[in-house]
Amino acid sequence: MTGLTESAGAVGAVGAAAGGRSFAADGVSRAEICVLACAEAWRGDGEIAASPMGLIPTAGARLARATFEPDLLLTDGEARYVAGTWALGQPAPGPVEGWIPFRSVFDLVWAGRRHVMMSPAQIDRFGNANISAIGEHARPARQLLGARGAPGNTVNHPTSYWVPRHLPRVFVPRVDMVCGVGYDRARIAGPVAAEFLDLRRVVTNLAVLDFGGPDHSMRLVSVHLGVAVDEVVAATGFDLAIDGAVPHTPVPTPAELALIRDVIDPAGLRDGEVPE
Amino acid sequence: MSEDDVVARLRSGMTIGIGGWGSRRKPMSLVRGMLRSDLRDLTVVSYGGPDVGLLCAAGKIRRLVYAFVSLDSIPLEPHFQAARQHATIEVTEYDEGMLQWALYAASCRLPFLPCRAGLGSDVLAVNPELRTVRSPYADGTELVAVPALPLDAALVHLNRADAAGNAQFLGDDVYFDDLFCTAAEHAYVSCERIVPTAELAAGGLPRLRVHRWMVAGVVEAPNGAHFTSCDPDYGRDEAFQRAYVAAAKDPGEWARFTARYLTGDESAYQAAVAALRAGASA
Repeated sequence: MTGLTESAGAVGAVGAAAGGRSFAADGVSRAEICVLACAEAWRGDGEIAASPMGLIPTAGARLARATFEPDLLLTDGEARYVAGTWALGQPAPGPVEGWIPFRSVFDLVWAGRRHVMMSPAQIDRFGNANISAIGEHARPARQLLGARGAPGNTVNHPTSYWVPRHLPRVFVPRVDMVCGVGYDRARIAGPVAAEFLDLRRVVTNLAVLDFGGPDHSMRLVSVHLGVAVDEVVAATGFDLAIDGAVPHTPVPTPAELALIRDVIDPAGLRDGEVPE
Repeated sequence: MSEDDVVARLRSGMTIGIGGWGSRRKPMSLVRGMLRSDLRDLTVVSYGGPDVGLLCAAGKIRRLVYAFVSLDSIPLEPHFQAARQHATIEVTEYDEGMLQWALYAASCRLPFLPCRAGLGSDVLAVNPELRTVRSPYADGTELVAVPALPLDAALVHLNRADAAGNAQFLGDDVYFDDLFCTAAEHAYVSCERIVPTAELAAGGLPRLRVHRWMVAGVVEAPNGAHFTSCDPDYGRDEAFQRAYVAAAKDPGEWARFTARYLTGDESAYQAAVAALRAGASA
């Protein structure tokens, strides 16, 4: 049921202030724009588990819950759902509201009540994503993690991606191993693979993309302040769909900035992941 | 039992499941025992961490069944990477949930369990032996049929156990240790401390997840999960894990690491770790 997530008084005030967005904010860092762009991935999700992988997505999920998406469930990175908003790299002080050991995570995935944000080593035009290995699977040039939960995640519930370095070697014409399933592969695999496939957005250090292009192909949604569209096109190893003039990615409001800077990441870890 | 007693019951060519998750609550003292043995050609099944890395480095693995291998705070496992990049092991790479299903099917004595995970992905391409199955009901949908993965032996590390094999996790997550045990012909539990049965319930009834009918032997192994975490008894030894990774990247350093930590028995290992700590705090 909704409405149980505790929020501090200051957080409520932030929610009320979040309407007055402006592009004129001075001194907003690229990392802070990325945090908000990641947060936006969970907008409208309601009472589901947000599973961010990595620092910027984690900051984004906490910002989303602290502002416009208060019913999200967030873990301490281990096996507890924790209420409240807390700092990256610090233990969660908030009240524990649930127990979510790995076995329950799989149940949650298969029930679909989750939206994960993963970091792919490679991603293609239709959202196929590789986190397993670069090169031939039988003898990879570079072994990475393995498929992890990406095959199950993508065919069961909403998935977004975070790419800290937008480069042609990440945005490739064809990924070496399909771990996260993309739209074209799901369509070929049939209705069971496709029915819950829901790739929401790809946030990078340069831009925000989605799959609103022809046949669910990748589309450029916005570029971050200081980034030219040509720069994104040049950093992408396949053709992007672009609908007319590309807007700038929204920058955080003063209230959101205060949350990012004072509550979620007072140590400034975000700037290490996304340099200016 | 001792670590060596457990290892003496294992045979080359066996399929061996290892509990824990990544670099968390791994039965490392039992793995170290395997390193000292002449076991070879093993099929190892694991949500992999340094257990997999060490067994790769020692050439014990013929085939690895996994969804990932990671040290958690250090994402990539260097020995596993080397084994893959030199193609010295065969692999069966699954989705994490498929691996659970494979163990669960074996536990339930079913030939397979159906699931959605894997459809559309290259998990099906790199494992051409995998089959799909059509629902016999009105939906008629086609699903992945994850084959049962019966284990010859399972190795798990828990916080407490009694001498009969009733075992308890005291951290936040049992991981899949009970499933590894039930999927196995013989399961062996190492634990931080063997306690009288009467003390177990006080640790919390829902935490008593491994039962004596699942277990063929118990080893008392204080600090036995080192350098992986064993909450709440101890956290991961991050400094040691960093040293492990640094050593793994250079053959000479790895030879020194092996000589210092992995050639003696478990008590020698623990003494070397204690000496390192004493040196660091001196």
